[in-house]
Amino acid sequence: MGEVAYTKTELLVTVAASLLEDGRSAILGTGLPLLAGLLAQKTHAPNLLLIFEAGGYGAQVPQLPISVGDSRTFFRANQASSMHDVMSSGQAGHIDYGFLGAAQIDCYGNLNTTVLGPHALPQVRLPGSGGAADIGSFAWKTIVIMQQDERRFARKLDFLTTAGYLDGPGARERAGLPVGTGPYRVITQLGLYDFDPATARMRLCAVHPGVTVEEALKASGFELLTAPEPNETTAPTAEQVRIMRQLDPTGLILPH
Amino acid sequence: MRRTRVLFEGRGEPLGWHDPDENRAWVRDNKSRALVDKRTTVAEAVAAYVQDGAFIAVGGFGHVRVPMALVYEIVRQRKQGLALAGKTAVHDCDILVGSGCVTRVEAAYAFGHELRGLSAASRRKVESGACRVVAENSNAGFQWRFLAAMMGVSFIPTRHMLGTETLQESSAVVIEDPFTGKPIALLPACQPDVALLHVPRADMYGNCQIDGILVEDLELSRAARRVIVTTERIVDPETIRQRPWLTSIPFHVVDAVVEVPHGAHPCNMPYLYFFDEEHIAEWRAMSRSEEGAQDYFEKYVFGVPDYAAYLERAGGEARMEALRSLEAMES
Repeated sequence: MGEVAYTKTELLVTVAASLLEDGRSAILGTGLPLLAGLLAQKTHAPNLLLIFEAGGYGAQVPQLPISVGDSRTFFRANQASSMHDVMSSGQAGHIDYGFLGAAQIDCYGNLNTTVLGPHALPQVRLPGSGGAADIGSFAWKTIVIMQQDERRFARKLDFLTTAGYLDGPGARERAGLPVGTGPYRVITQLGLYDFDPATARMRLCAVHPGVTVEEALKASGFELLTAPEPNETTAPTAEQVRIMRQLDPTGLILPH
Repeated sequence: MRRTRVLFEGRGEPLGWHDPDENRAWVRDNKSRALVDKRTTVAEAVAAYVQDGAFIAVGGFGHVRVPMALVYEIVRQRKQGLALAGKTAVHDCDILVGSGCVTRVEAAYAFGHELRGLSAASRRKVESGACRVVAENSNAGFQWRFLAAMMGVSFIPTRHMLGTETLQESSAVVIEDPFTGKPIALLPACQPDVALLHVPRADMYGNCQIDGILVEDLELSRAARRVIVTTERIVDPETIRQRPWLTSIPFHVVDAVVEVPHGAHPCNMPYLYFFDEEHIAEWRAMSRSEEGAQDYFEKYVFGVPDYAAYLERAGGEARMEALRSLEAMES
């Protein structure tokens, strides 16, 4: 098999898709998470249940939705329901994977999507939690996809919108969050991270093809741990690239 | 005897909270149970029920099934000092904050246009202090505040946002759960002064049927004190009675009904018309500056007498037909 041409974004989507097991459920935002869910569904996880927070369960998504509530999120769905229904099923344990993005993340996987600067009069007002604090509370495994640099991987968040592991092992449970939940993986343009079970701190477990471990570790405002043997993420196959481009023909998410 | 104790109190303002007994009495004295014709106009409904300083909540989600005719009318009538439920409020929030009508927001998701990017106009107001975020919340939290109000209780227990600054800036209280002994968040009920909703069909009494996801309109319609509904079509009450299980919002919670075809433009109306991306892009481009935002309001709100004229200016029938075709994925 020859070299497959792919973009950085397509690689992120492929890595995200590879984390999703068949027969599980994922609550999706639009954009990269949705593409990852659809790619997984069209390859190794045909029985992945796609859920949208505004009420769509099990849509046969015909084209990329722009909003997590638009009519594509319940197209030929099993159910067009309500937010109360979706969020309650999350709280009751029915949602396996949640995808989140963020402006900042800290070493425990806590996320900021609310403000840059002071809350009362911010330099930049971001949208806020939206469903993030909910998904980050309820999903068994939360996956974060975001850009990585020294500012976004922050030593201290400007605002803690969504709980990661808060300040260490056991802190989520002590705060009252459902037991056994929390950040699972973080995917950036440089690599893939998980969380060290002993310290609940983020650690590099794989770099993308062409990225060195040093480059990934350096692009952070906090000290990243390293897994015992960090490996390399798997580049998309020609088939995966074809599927992704078919899903996003106009390049809404994947600039061609 | 079981004991509990308060562990933490959020410092956000509990917008729209009323003692349940006070609210029951208000409902008894102010909400008619009579099956009467509630049809009116957008201008009259907004004039009658949206008072300056009111706390309003807008139905739908993001850019989906949003009652834009009512939103633009609030701007046209230059309402002041409104508070808004930022419950994934997107274009509505941007217009209402950007126009200066809304000066306080409880933010679950606000000041953004989802995938399209951030909202310049409303962000400018927050970053300059002209609009204040009086509480943070999350999407689940907002609709559960409405659910508590719908249930007639003063709060609802939930297990989210714990340990975060979202909770710290919210109006929640954390107690020790008397059953589990674990911390649990109590969200105060939320009874907005007015809910603005858009549905595909309703009868003249206000019985509404929604096609597609309900989002949180079911809870919100029962929670709010006043409910204004715009509908794509007013149907014969017999249409409702033939399939009453489809009625998600019943007449006795609705105060006003207005027939407004394309009443959610430029937002998406499931099964009827898609987002008008060109119009949303025009607003986003114009609203990058304060002057541009004012030009938009001159062009599309103050410069036209009503919503029908707005639709004409936004492309009229040809444009609406194109959006219908997009929604149906005909191309």
